[in-house]
Amino acid sequence: MTEKPKHPTPSLDQLEEGPWPSFVTGLKRLRDDKDSKNKEMMNDLLGQLEHSYQNKLGYWKGGTVSVFSYGGGVIPRFSEVASDFPASKEFHTLRIQPPAGFHYTTDILRKLCDIWEEHGSGLIAFHGQSGDIMFQGCTTENVQLAFDELNKIGFDMGGAGPALRTSMSCVGHARCEMSCYNEQKAHRETINEFLDEMHRPALPYKFKFKFSGCPNDCVNAIHRADFAVIGTWRDDIKINQEEVKLYVEEVGRKYANDSVINMCPTRALSLNDDNTLEIDNDSCVRCMHCINVMKKALSPGDDKGASILIGGKRSLKVGDLMGTVIKPFIKLETDEDYENLVEFAGECIDFFAENALEHERIGETIDRIGLPAFLEALEIDPDPNMVNHPRTSSYVRTDDFDEESAKYFERKAKEAGLVVAAE
Amino acid sequence: MNQTAPTPRLPDEVGVPDPFDYMHPVMVKNFGNWDWHERPRPGVLRHVSKSGEEIFTVRAGTQRQTDVFTIRKLCDIGDKFAEGHVRFTTRANIEFMVSKFEMVDPLIKALEAEGFPVGGTGNSVSTISHTQGWLHCDIPGTDASGVVKSLMDKLHSEFIQEEMPNRVRITTSCCQINCGGQGDIAINVQYTKPPKINHDLVAATCERPTVVARCPVAAIRPAMVNGKPSLEIDEKKCICCGACYPPCPPMQINSEESTKIAIWVGGKHSNARSKPAFHKLVVANLPNNPPRWPEVEEIVLKILYTYKENARDWERLGEWIERIGWPRFFEKTGLAFTKHHLDTWTGSRKTMNMSTHIHF
Repeated sequence: MTEKPKHPTPSLDQLEEGPWPSFVTGLKRLRDDKDSKNKEMMNDLLGQLEHSYQNKLGYWKGGTVSVFSYGGGVIPRFSEVASDFPASKEFHTLRIQPPAGFHYTTDILRKLCDIWEEHGSGLIAFHGQSGDIMFQGCTTENVQLAFDELNKIGFDMGGAGPALRTSMSCVGHARCEMSCYNEQKAHRETINEFLDEMHRPALPYKFKFKFSGCPNDCVNAIHRADFAVIGTWRDDIKINQEEVKLYVEEVGRKYANDSVINMCPTRALSLNDDNTLEIDNDSCVRCMHCINVMKKALSPGDDKGASILIGGKRSLKVGDLMGTVIKPFIKLETDEDYENLVEFAGECIDFFAENALEHERIGETIDRIGLPAFLEALEIDPDPNMVNHPRTSSYVRTDDFDEESAKYFERKAKEAGLVVAAE
Repeated sequence: MNQTAPTPRLPDEVGVPDPFDYMHPVMVKNFGNWDWHERPRPGVLRHVSKSGEEIFTVRAGTQRQTDVFTIRKLCDIGDKFAEGHVRFTTRANIEFMVSKFEMVDPLIKALEAEGFPVGGTGNSVSTISHTQGWLHCDIPGTDASGVVKSLMDKLHSEFIQEEMPNRVRITTSCCQINCGGQGDIAINVQYTKPPKINHDLVAATCERPTVVARCPVAAIRPAMVNGKPSLEIDEKKCICCGACYPPCPPMQINSEESTKIAIWVGGKHSNARSKPAFHKLVVANLPNNPPRWPEVEEIVLKILYTYKENARDWERLGEWIERIGWPRFFEKTGLAFTKHHLDTWTGSRKTMNMSTHIHF
């Protein structure tokens, strides 16, 4: 059997120049390397991609491909120009869930490569924007074979379509002093509880969780997740005054004032005359700036947990939404705390399943019905941390204001440990 | 009937893999017990545990769309010069963890010798986050991998050093759904023309009520065209967002005239200092010009280096603009401010200047 001639790739060739690693060089190696098992497929794939670069159009269409017992997780791609590029006419992606925190050994990476070289194209992305390992380029026939092999070594399908989606968590507890809860535990316990919603799509639309260990939000939960779990703490920032002094001596008082003290968003910092730091913790909003800058001197407090923000999503259909505060603080320390998180997550998914319109994200549902209706359904008490400021519009019916106020004072009394008369 | 189809294998529904099977032993041992960290040089992190133990991380850029040969090469480096444990960042950088400082330099040399840039830490320009594009997406206007490769070639020097006022996060998206997300600078496809409908295919391909419902401005309605059930667009209402194209491929949104690129600035997900923010439009209508997108590159570099020269330490790009004001931003970058910068979508009034705070 003679090999088909290589498609010329004059446009793509230009992406092999320059200092940054080239994906084109990688694609070509899959086509040219003597050990490659996917030469024909990758020759045609390169041909189709060059065709796209020439005509500035994409040539993939979707379809339906899945594995036994699951309804989602495979992104089917059939070529619209298969007659010219037949060997890559089917080029499906398997979305596979990564280990929480994206940890791998070289050994497991090699195993993943071997499987994908055998059953797929040999092209893998670490990772997609939702966190999936994307095994790209598989024939319909091989999808089940590839998945079986991946599944046998401990990897499971991710989400696609109207379903719970693959999640991601930051490095957190594994290597970061800013981490305010065990992100891997929260990530695994939450997602693994609702796998049925991931593997057998039946929700109105997608639902994404993301887990960041502190307000630096390294996995971009607030913009991208329907349900963002972002670590924080309630007590005071911890200060090592000796380290503060060393820092100020090193950078100078002017720089410390300009770059730390004056950049505090709530004016909660003050540099004392003896180069120690004073923090008005009641005004602090846990933004992380001073802790990020003075890493040795400052650290998050001990009363740790997370804030939950709901409703983040990208543009379609009403425009970009950011998550907004629904639970200002949940404690995340004991097993029971994590069980409570999972329980609350389940309540939100149930609410979404029952109340969202088709192709509506939960943030859009909340916008449509109003936050009070959402809070009532989830039995969450309103909290001033949920708003930038109270309403400015008078168009609201307030005839039960007194009853609502009484509830508020009752809650406050309970929080303060007082005995409430009604009990 | 003596032949039955083989029973397919039932999946082992394991869900999210346990990271402790793969995590570096020093990270396992000091899990949740880290004290502080520093960056001895760009691309290298030194984390110190409360137990006094240390771990060093060397971060390197990759092409994200990696072939098995490249991954094996990274594994070879991980076995020979590190300790066999790696992780990936959310921006597709690979990290090698080692327990001894002496291992750091040889590891960097090995990575650089194979063409992997070491950097992406602290106040650098990290790898551009991106989406699938022509390589694999079914609705792309451009090829994010190519845009990223072209730009990162130019930004290589800013990746391997930490010379920016603060970290810079750049994103790309191949359509207006914006899978690439929010960034200090975002490079996103922006359509400029209504879709062109192939009426012969609509009835057979598209669920028409779904498509009608998908339009953000109710510009699509069912219609009989040439005797066939199809859809028509009120082109005066159409905002050219492309939302109808995924559920109805015969409504082609991409073309030479329609598919343009817009640049947005000031997005930020961290809560540090200012609250998280969405990016804002600064330039639209740039040509979609593969394989190197030179017009996009010119604008991105202009914005980036104006920020670098003018911002104060720790100011993110959006925070710098917040301080100097938008008039100064457009002045310093030499970019045009037009009526298209005035938001017209729901809530737009809250984006207007409701004060006499004016920059002169």
